[in-house]
Amino acid sequence: MISWPNLVSQLFNGLALGALLALISSGLTIIYGTLGVLNLAHGAMFMIGGYAGFVAYQYTESFILAVIAGSLFVMLLGVLMERVIIRHFYHRPHEDQLLVTFGLGICFVELVRLIFSSQSQLVPPPALFQGITNLGFMFYPTYRLAVVGIVAIALGALFIVLYRTRLGMIVRAGIEDSVMVDSLGINVYRVFMAVFGIGAMAAGFAGIVNAPVVSLTPGIGDDILVQTFVVVVIGGVGSFPGAILGGLIAGEIISVTSMFNPGYAYVMLFAAMTLVLVVRPHGLLGVQGRE
Amino acid sequence: MTDNLIRRGLSRRGLLQTTAGLIGGAVLPGMPAFAEDKPAIGSYPAGVSGSTAFIGISVPRTGTYAVQGEDELKGYQLAIEHINEGHELIKKISPKTSKGVLGKELKFGVADSAAKPNEAVQAQQRFISENKAIMITGGTSSAVAVALNKLAQREHVIFVCGISGSNDTTGKDCVRYGFRQNFYGQTAAAAIGPVMVREFGKGKKAAYLTPDYTYGHTVTKSMQDFLATAGWTTVTNQVAPLGAPDYSSYLLNVANSGADVLINVNWGHDAVLSTQQAKQFGVLDKMKLVVPYQVPFIARETGGLMQGVYAATDYWWTIEDKFPLAKMFNEAFEKKYGYKPEWGAENAYVSFAHWAHMCEQAGSFSPPDVIKTYEKGETIPSLVGDVHYRPEDHQCVRPVIIVKGKQQKDMKNKEDWYDVVEIVPGEGLMQKPDAFGCHLGDYS
Repeated sequence: MISWPNLVSQLFNGLALGALLALISSGLTIIYGTLGVLNLAHGAMFMIGGYAGFVAYQYTESFILAVIAGSLFVMLLGVLMERVIIRHFYHRPHEDQLLVTFGLGICFVELVRLIFSSQSQLVPPPALFQGITNLGFMFYPTYRLAVVGIVAIALGALFIVLYRTRLGMIVRAGIEDSVMVDSLGINVYRVFMAVFGIGAMAAGFAGIVNAPVVSLTPGIGDDILVQTFVVVVIGGVGSFPGAILGGLIAGEIISVTSMFNPGYAYVMLFAAMTLVLVVRPHGLLGVQGRE
Repeated sequence: MTDNLIRRGLSRRGLLQTTAGLIGGAVLPGMPAFAEDKPAIGSYPAGVSGSTAFIGISVPRTGTYAVQGEDELKGYQLAIEHINEGHELIKKISPKTSKGVLGKELKFGVADSAAKPNEAVQAQQRFISENKAIMITGGTSSAVAVALNKLAQREHVIFVCGISGSNDTTGKDCVRYGFRQNFYGQTAAAAIGPVMVREFGKGKKAAYLTPDYTYGHTVTKSMQDFLATAGWTTVTNQVAPLGAPDYSSYLLNVANSGADVLINVNWGHDAVLSTQQAKQFGVLDKMKLVVPYQVPFIARETGGLMQGVYAATDYWWTIEDKFPLAKMFNEAFEKKYGYKPEWGAENAYVSFAHWAHMCEQAGSFSPPDVIKTYEKGETIPSLVGDVHYRPEDHQCVRPVIIVKGKQQKDMKNKEDWYDVVEIVPGEGLMQKPDAFGCHLGDYS
C-alpha cells in the first residue's frame, strides 16, 4: 500500500508545511524569548496578514504588492499593539499576558468576520507559479514548491537580522538577560517594540504567502496557533534555530502520519512534543536555565 | 456571547496546557409545574403561559460550518418574522396561522454552537431552563443534531433538527421528540448513485474524502453500498478531522490511488478547502469530482470548481420555475438578505413552518399532542412540493434534487451556478424506517 513515490511526496509535503510553521513559530519564539510574552494573538496576526494582503490584491492585482502590504500592515499592527497594550503587561503575571493576548486574538478574528463575513476569500498564486510541476517522481503544485523557497529566503533574512545586525545582537542578549542589556544603557523598550513588530511581521508574511494555498477564513489562525506552540515547545522556547528545527519536525510528523492514518496526525504531533518535554524539558535547542 | 468566548478561552488554554480536552458542563433544568388542562411536561405550559413562545436556536457562527450556519439562521429568522406577521407564504404551508403560533408571538435566542455538540447542548439547556424554550433547533453538524436529539428526549422539548445529513439522526439515534426535514445520506446516495453510474459507467474506482464524524461516515458508507451494486470499488477512503487546516496529505494519497472519481463527502469550509486543494494537486485533472451531499455556497467559494460536478441537494433556487412557493420564498429572502437562499435557509424556513403547522393543527403546544400530529403523516406543502413525515422515524419524505455545476459561459447571472438535472421523488429513494435501527422513545 505504501509506495516510495507516495512516501517521498509526503516527505516533501511535510517540508512545505514545516517551512511555513518554522516561519510563524520563529516570530512567536523571538517575541517570547525577548519580551517574555506568550502572544496568543499570533495566530490572528497570521490570519490578518492574509486578509490585508487579500485587500491589497483586490486593488492592485499584484501578488508582490499583496505580500508587502500584508507584511507591513501586520508589522504596524504589532507595533501598535505593543505600544498601546502589551507594554503594560511586561511586569504582570503570565496569566494576565495570556488572557489579554488571547482576548485580542478573538477581537481581531471577530472584527475580520464582521468586515469580510465567514465566506472564504481567494488569493490566486502569482502567474509565474501557477500550475503543477513534474518532479520526475511526483507531481506537485508549483506554488507550494515556491513557498518552500520564499519561506527559506524569509528565514534567511530573519537570521541575518538576528545574527548579523546590532539590533539582532541586542535582541539575542535581551533573550539571555534583559536586565543586563538595560543596565548597559540600551533602551530595551524600543528594542521590545521592534521585536514585537518583526515577530508579528513574520506571522503576517506567512499569512499572505500561505493564502493561495488555503482559502482565507477568519478562523484560519486557530489551528496554526496550536501547531505553532507545539513547534516552539519542541524546538525550545526563545530559540530561533529551534523554531526552524521544530517546524520541520512537526511538518514531517503531520505529513508522514497522514499517509498511514490521517486521524493520528495530531496525536503523533502531541506525542512527539510530550516525548521532547520528558527527555529535554527545554526543547531540542532551548537554553537550559533561561528564565 | 460572553459565556461562549469564555468557554472557548478555557478550552484553548486547556488544550495548550494539557494538550487535550474541552471542558463540558451541565446546568440543571428548571421544571416548573403549572395547572392547565393538559399535563405539564418539559417546558410546557410554563413556556407559553404568557403572550409569547420562545425558541432556542443554535447554529455554528464560527468554525468550518460558519457560512452555512449563518444562512440557516437567516432562514429561521425569516420564518419567525413570517409566522409572527401571518405572511402569505406561511399561510400556504400552515393555513391556520394568523399571527404567531396559536396566537403567541415567537421570540427566540441564538447561540453559536461552533458545530460542537457540547456547546450546542449547553446553550440549549440554558434556553430550556432559563427561557422555557418550547422548541429548540440546531444542526449543520450531525454530531450536534444527534446530541440535541438526546437532550430533547430527556427534557421533553421538541427538537426540530436543522441541517443534518447523517443516517443516524433519524436512524439509530432517532428520538420521539426529534424531527428532520432534510434527507439523510442514504437518500442522497440512492438519488445521485444512478446518475453517477449513468455518467461514469460501471466498475469504476472511487476515492473518498470523509470528515471523521457521524455525517461523514454514514454518507460514505451509503455511497459505497450503493455504488458497489454497480461494481464500483473503493481504492482509498481518506478520513480527515472536522476543520482540518490542510488537505494536502490526504490528497497526495488520493492522487496516488489510481481512482477514477473523487467523492468528496466533506462539508462547509472543509469541502471548499479540500476541493480547491484537489485542484492545486492536479487531482481534478486526473479524476472526476462528485459532491454527494451538496454544500451551500461551495460553487461561489471555490470560484468555479463545481463546473460540471454532480451533487445531490435539498434545494436550488432555480426550481422556482416549478414550485410557486419556492418562488415566493426566494423573493422574500432575497429582498431581506440580498442574495438567493441556499438550502440551509430553505431547510430552516420549512422546518419552522412545519412546526407551526403541527402546533396549529394540534391546537396546543403540549409536546405529546404536537408529536402525535406530526405522526399522522399528513401530506403538507413545502417549498419543493408536498411532503410528509414518517411516523416511524420522524423523517420527512421529500424529493432530492440533483444538480450539475454550470460552465461559466452558461451562467445567466452571478448566482446561476447549477443546472437542475433531476428532481427525484423521495418515496422510492428511502429505505424502510427501521433500516438504520430507529426506536423512538416515549412521549413522556
